[in-house]
Amino acid sequence: MPKITYISHDGKKNTVEVLSGLSVMECALQNNIEGIDADCGGSMACATCHVYVAENWFNKIDKAQDAEQDMLDMVHEPKKNSRLSCQIIVSNELDGLEVTIPAKQT
Amino acid sequence: MIKTDAIIIGAGPTGLFAVHQLGIIGLQCEVIDNLDRAGGQCIELYPDKPIYDIPAIPECTGEELTNGLLKQIKPFKTNFHLSQRVEEIKQENNLWILKTNKGNLFSAPNVIIAGGVGSFEPRKLSLKEAEKFEDSQIFYSVTNKILFKNKKISIFGGGDSALDWALELSKANEISLIHRRNDFRGAPFTLNEIKKKEKEGKIVIKTPYNLKSIEGDRTMTGIEIEHEDGKLEKIKTDYILSFFGLIMKLGPIADWGLNINKKTIPVNTETFQTNKEGIFAIGDICTYPGKLKLILSGFHEAALAARACFKRAKPNEIYKFEFTTASKNIHDRLGLKK
Repeated sequence: MPKITYISHDGKKNTVEVLSGLSVMECALQNNIEGIDADCGGSMACATCHVYVAENWFNKIDKAQDAEQDMLDMVHEPKKNSRLSCQIIVSNELDGLEVTIPAKQT
Repeated sequence: MIKTDAIIIGAGPTGLFAVHQLGIIGLQCEVIDNLDRAGGQCIELYPDKPIYDIPAIPECTGEELTNGLLKQIKPFKTNFHLSQRVEEIKQENNLWILKTNKGNLFSAPNVIIAGGVGSFEPRKLSLKEAEKFEDSQIFYSVTNKILFKNKKISIFGGGDSALDWALELSKANEISLIHRRNDFRGAPFTLNEIKKKEKEGKIVIKTPYNLKSIEGDRTMTGIEIEHEDGKLEKIKTDYILSFFGLIMKLGPIADWGLNINKKTIPVNTETFQTNKEGIFAIGDICTYPGKLKLILSGFHEAALAARACFKRAKPNEIYKFEFTTASKNIHDRLGLKK
C-alpha cells in the first residue's frame, strides 16, 4: 500500500499506509491526522482540507481544476504548492507523497 | 415569545423537508437560520452546481432543489426567522426556550437541529491586527457604502463579490484590487468592466499578491502586500474589504450540553434524538453508524424525527400513520380542494 506523510505546521511527521483510490483528505480523517477539517466532506465547497504539497511531488499530481483554484483563493495563507487534499487521489505512483498541513484551515 | 410544536434550526434541504414532515402530521413549526435566505449549503455553496442523486430527479441545481422544497411546504405557511443565530437554549419543564442573537425568544417541546456543518460566517483575514479594525476600517460585507466616499480602499478576493464591489466603489474611490493569482473568477462582463476601469486608472489590480501586514496603531493607515516571489509593497489604505467567501462554524451549538463527536451530534436512529430529550439532530450535523452525508439521508432523518416530535407536542393524542395519497387529514393540511 502507498505511504503518505503528513507534516504538521510545526514539523511533526506522521506516515500512514493508505488504500489506493482514497483521497489524501479521506486518509487523513481515517488516521485521525489533526488539522484537516474537511467540513464539506469532499465536495470542493469549503476549502478546509488545504495542504501544501512537497515541491518534488507537486508536478506529479494532476493539476487542480478551476473549481479547486477558486476554493484555494479562500484558504489561509495560500502558496504556489497549495492544494485541496480531497482532490488528490492516492495511487501507487504517489507512494511517498509528503504534504504539510497549514497552521489553520480558516 | 413565539410558542410552537417544534423549532427547526437550519433552513437547508433537511430543515425544509422537516417542515413538510411536521406539517403533514399536523404539527406547527418555526424555522431559524443564520443566512438571509433558505437553502443552506445548497444555496450558499453550490446554487448552480447540478445534483444527481435526489430520487426521481435525474438532475437539479442547489437552487432548484431549494425552490422545489419551498414550494412543497408552502401550504403550511411556516414562519422563517432569517439572518439570526440561536445563541442560547434552556429547559423549562417540558419545554425548550431558545434565544437568538437578535433577542427573539421561542418556546417548544421539540427542537430539531438541522444545522449542516454549522452557521455560515464570513471567512476573516488571518492577521491578528485585523480584529482590531474589524467593523471600523475592515469589513467582510458592505452595508453602508456612503462610508467609503472619496477614500482609498483595498479589496481582497477574486470572486464575484470582490469584483462587483470594486466596480461599484470605483465610481467615487481609489480602488486597489488584490488577489493571490492572476486569474479572477467572475462573469465575463464584469471582468471586461474591471479591465476598462484599470485602463482608466480607477482600479489598480495587484496580482499575485497576499496581505502581509496592516499598518497603523489606533487607525489603520496602510497595508503591506507580498508578491508570490516575496517582493513587498505598501499601499495607503483607509478601508479594507475582504471577500473570501463563507466558512461554516458550529458556533454556540457546541455549548448546549449535547454530545459532540468531531463537530457532529450522535443520535439514535429510531427517533434522531440527541442525548437531550426533545432535541433532535438531522442531516449533515448528526452522526450514527453508517451515516451518509447525503441530502436523501437527511430527508429520511427528517421524517423519523418529525414523528418523534409528535409524542412530545401532543402527549394526549395517538399518532396514526397515514399515506399522503389516501389521508383526508393530510389533504386538508395541504389545503387540497376536491
